Amino acid sequence: MTQDLSRTAAGVQFVGVSKTYPTGLTAIAQLDLDIRPGEFLTLLGPSGSGKTTALNLLAGFQSPTTGQILVDGKDIGALPPYKRDIGVVFQHYALFPHMTVRENTGYPLKQRRMPKDEIARRVDDVLRMVALEAYGDRLPRQLSGGQQQRVAVARAIVFRPRLLLMDEPLGALDRKLRESVQLELKRIHRDLGVTIVFVTHDQEEALVMSDRIAIFDQGRIRQIGTASALYDAPVSQFVAQFLGESNCLVGKVDHLPRLSRVTTAAGVFHGVTSDATPQHGTAAVVTRPERCRLFTAQSEVPEGWNQVPARIRDVVYLGALRKVVADLRDGGTFTVIFQPDQILPAAPDVLVAFPPDAARVVLADGPKNH
Amino acid sequence: MPVILFLLVFFAYPTGLTLLRAFTHFDAPEVGGLDNITWVLGGAANRTILIRTFTVALLCTAFTALLAFPYAYLMTKVSSRWQTVMMGLLLVSMFFGILLRNFSWVVLLQMQGPVNDLIAALGFDRVRMLGTAPAVLMGMTHVLFPFMALPLYAVLKGIDPRLVLAAQSLGATPRNAFLQVYLPLAVPGLFAGALLVFVLALGFYITPAILGSPKQALISQVLYQQFETRAAFGRAGALAIVLLVAAMAFVLMANALQRRNKAYEG
Repeated sequence: MTQDLSRTAAGVQFVGVSKTYPTGLTAIAQLDLDIRPGEFLTLLGPSGSGKTTALNLLAGFQSPTTGQILVDGKDIGALPPYKRDIGVVFQHYALFPHMTVRENTGYPLKQRRMPKDEIARRVDDVLRMVALEAYGDRLPRQLSGGQQQRVAVARAIVFRPRLLLMDEPLGALDRKLRESVQLELKRIHRDLGVTIVFVTHDQEEALVMSDRIAIFDQGRIRQIGTASALYDAPVSQFVAQFLGESNCLVGKVDHLPRLSRVTTAAGVFHGVTSDATPQHGTAAVVTRPERCRLFTAQSEVPEGWNQVPARIRDVVYLGALRKVVADLRDGGTFTVIFQPDQILPAAPDVLVAFPPDAARVVLADGPKNH
Repeated sequence: MPVILFLLVFFAYPTGLTLLRAFTHFDAPEVGGLDNITWVLGGAANRTILIRTFTVALLCTAFTALLAFPYAYLMTKVSSRWQTVMMGLLLVSMFFGILLRNFSWVVLLQMQGPVNDLIAALGFDRVRMLGTAPAVLMGMTHVLFPFMALPLYAVLKGIDPRLVLAAQSLGATPRNAFLQVYLPLAVPGLFAGALLVFVLALGFYITPAILGSPKQALISQVLYQQFETRAAFGRAGALAIVLLVAAMAFVLMANALQRRNKAYEG
């Protein structure tokens, strides 16, 4: 729709932003976040992790206890929501039930005192964009969930905001519809060149849609980066377990020339050292299920690989792949993904093994109830 | 069955009889005629009373709406504990008899009461407030407040507060968001409350009897007077019919209005 992306997309900075409620609950703690113009950034985290609070602060529905929020370098702290020019798509759409689709979509333009014919033209344009031009005179309750969702998007983009916020906008849709809307939102993002901040607790959704993902937990960002960076190089056990599946072994860490060594009850394991590796104390070795192999005898395990004895509990068929869930002796579990051409060991007692360079030694901050 | 029988004997029969008596001749109850109806609508004194009754009922509806809206709105905003307290206050005020609530106004408004004490302390002359229409209006507004607040609250608590946030994020000032989004959605509650309060206010007897005076009588006082002291059953019946028709006209009008207004729901 537009060529000059830098003109239409806003950049956002959170600088040392905290939000503490009178009850003493800290929703956001010292948040620093740099959102680039035109990017699709997903805030991903469990419920209560502060991601929705971050969105509310940006929209102006709440004000930060400390810190500053800048849009294109300008502090927007003093601006009320109606002066921020930020489009918001709410979780359950928040369409006005007493207004038709056209009235809902034209509402932001009416607030901007645009001439009637200009409003009509723009509403037509945007309804065509979301394929709802035939539904203009319907009321929200006469639409399906997916159609309501598209009206919510149309209403949030019709006034051409440079920044679009979405709070779990696909949460109420069924799985199949969700996938098509995901692609639709990607297309709108591409066409408008607008900056999108998207909140979700669904990691799959985050992986499909985002340029970058920020993983939230307990009011802090645990890690931010592209999907592949987070998947391949998680900085902590929490990130590894939250994004994709992972196997973790927690123990005492010490450092070797290139690798780190973690000593646990189940054995000694080696993994790649990174900036995120703790200097001493407790650490976790994390590895992905598709990087692990099963062996029946000690002699088969390649030289230098980490290994741990386990007993196969379940084999899950995933179509193209098979997933093996095995119990460790000390109570933990290990997941291994099998390619179709690999042969599953016949005996239940196996050795799970993985090469040190397929494992990372990171901060051990896994959920306490795991 | 026994309940229906009871109602038939002790409610429907006397009501029907009273209404029938309205269409008889004043001097000769066995002869039919519109004599009593013309008496109600024709006399200047009765017309003044009718207009006063409707004015008081309308003002009472307006005042309860103005007072109950903020109250009901606040109830949707406070924590659930305070919500319980506010709901409790409404119900408790309904439990105390109407007599008690009306006589409390007598205490407050009498010549030597606290309100006049305050007026005197400020250096003004004491004002006679009891026996005036404003005193009646105050008492009725007090008594009927819960009848506005409760249906209003039932509707307001169903309005998604994020609609107002959404309106603001789309560029609406808080005032516009309230007027264009919140208020239209509150209209069904206002209608329900207004209907209850207006119809109840039209037929109010005790409050005008206690706080008002015969000189500023409302229709129900005249009705009682005709019935009880003059035994003019025909005239009382005619007054009752006028009241009933007025109330029903109002209900039907409100229903029609609301149906048009609520077209988006049905």
